[in-house]
Amino acid sequence: MSCSRRTLLKNTIKGAIAASIPLSAFKFLSPAEVKAAIGDDKVRWGFLVDTTKCVGCGFCVKACKKENEIPYAAAVTRTWVERYVITKDDKTHADSPMGAKDGFTSPKIREEEINPDDIAKAFFVPKLCNQCETPACVQVCPVGATYQTQDGVVLIDRKWCIGCGYCIMACPYGVRFFHPKYKVADKCNFCYQRITKGMKTACVQACPFGARQMGNLKDKDDPVTQRIMNERVAVLKDEYGTKPQVFYIGLDHTVK
Amino acid sequence: MKNHVLRPLWVAIAFVALILLARYVLVPRDFGVQGESFTFNYHRAGNVQEWKDFPASYLGKEVCVECHDEKGTKLESSPHAIIQCENCHGPGKDHPETENPETMTIDRSRLLCLRCHADLHYSDANRADIPGIDPNEHNVDSECVECHDSHNPDLEDM
Repeated sequence: MSCSRRTLLKNTIKGAIAASIPLSAFKFLSPAEVKAAIGDDKVRWGFLVDTTKCVGCGFCVKACKKENEIPYAAAVTRTWVERYVITKDDKTHADSPMGAKDGFTSPKIREEEINPDDIAKAFFVPKLCNQCETPACVQVCPVGATYQTQDGVVLIDRKWCIGCGYCIMACPYGVRFFHPKYKVADKCNFCYQRITKGMKTACVQACPFGARQMGNLKDKDDPVTQRIMNERVAVLKDEYGTKPQVFYIGLDHTVK
Repeated sequence: MKNHVLRPLWVAIAFVALILLARYVLVPRDFGVQGESFTFNYHRAGNVQEWKDFPASYLGKEVCVECHDEKGTKLESSPHAIIQCENCHGPGKDHPETENPETMTIDRSRLLCLRCHADLHYSDANRADIPGIDPNEHNVDSECVECHDSHNPDLEDM
């Protein structure tokens, strides 16, 4: 076999070029994969809670539990309402009996009678998953069973969760719990089945007073996004650096 | 290399190959990083669709009044117009399809009304703007709906 200098040089150059192209360059990506990789979704779900409008009826909690099939009598819930009564002696009395699934029907707080004349201020605070931008619960999952979708909602893969409970401990807001039926971690997912079909979440729809609202944070013309941008809003536990996407109007410093 | 070195080496290689094979078989094809971040987007891609397919139970007032328009009109002028039908009548999933009124479990209990109408004596909370009663004194043994019409709660029309 003969090999001229010209052929040798040609083949060397061809070989060098071939070797420099990684195999991954030939991998075909589906349009969905490309879209996911670029992250060009036009939606980022955000939530606005106007605590000044809440009356503590608990219809949101009832609707949430029924919509998302959380056992109604069980002491776990994806959303709940807290009651704060601050008396004139600067003491904070707070409760949320069974997550307020049946509202607040008694002025007693943890069996304690409070004289109405001693009350300095009283208010209700609805709570739900903050769908953090940098969620601590997702970071600690050892198996990749919980994750953030492209539109910013943190979901749990019920088939993949091993029920170790790390995420339940990691969440600074205590929104995660162990689902009594499915034996996996569970939490509010902004009613993902509803918002992706253009419906309101069960709690937003059930609230008679407009204390709960949802919007697309990437759409600057969205009325809820406008309110979050223009009004004085606060987030819970900002110091944890989780960047919550649930914003509160009228949040008191006693609310933790 | 001598046999006594090679033999355990083959065992080790076979062990690793077995683990890789098991991983290949057990891990779903769509499992991986589905976005920018390994930390936050590492999951089974198909699960997103599974959550989208979860059945929604609450239909909303707009759907209810498509058939029950006379109730909708009656409610319009009442302060209870802000309340969703399904808050008291229960989620409407399957209701029109099965045409079985028994599937709607209407909550007519006293406790349902007390969610808003129990007076908690909070002067600055919005609760104070809603007419309230003391549940321990106001007709204790009766259900609210025995006297009050929840679709027209005006006290003068009673």
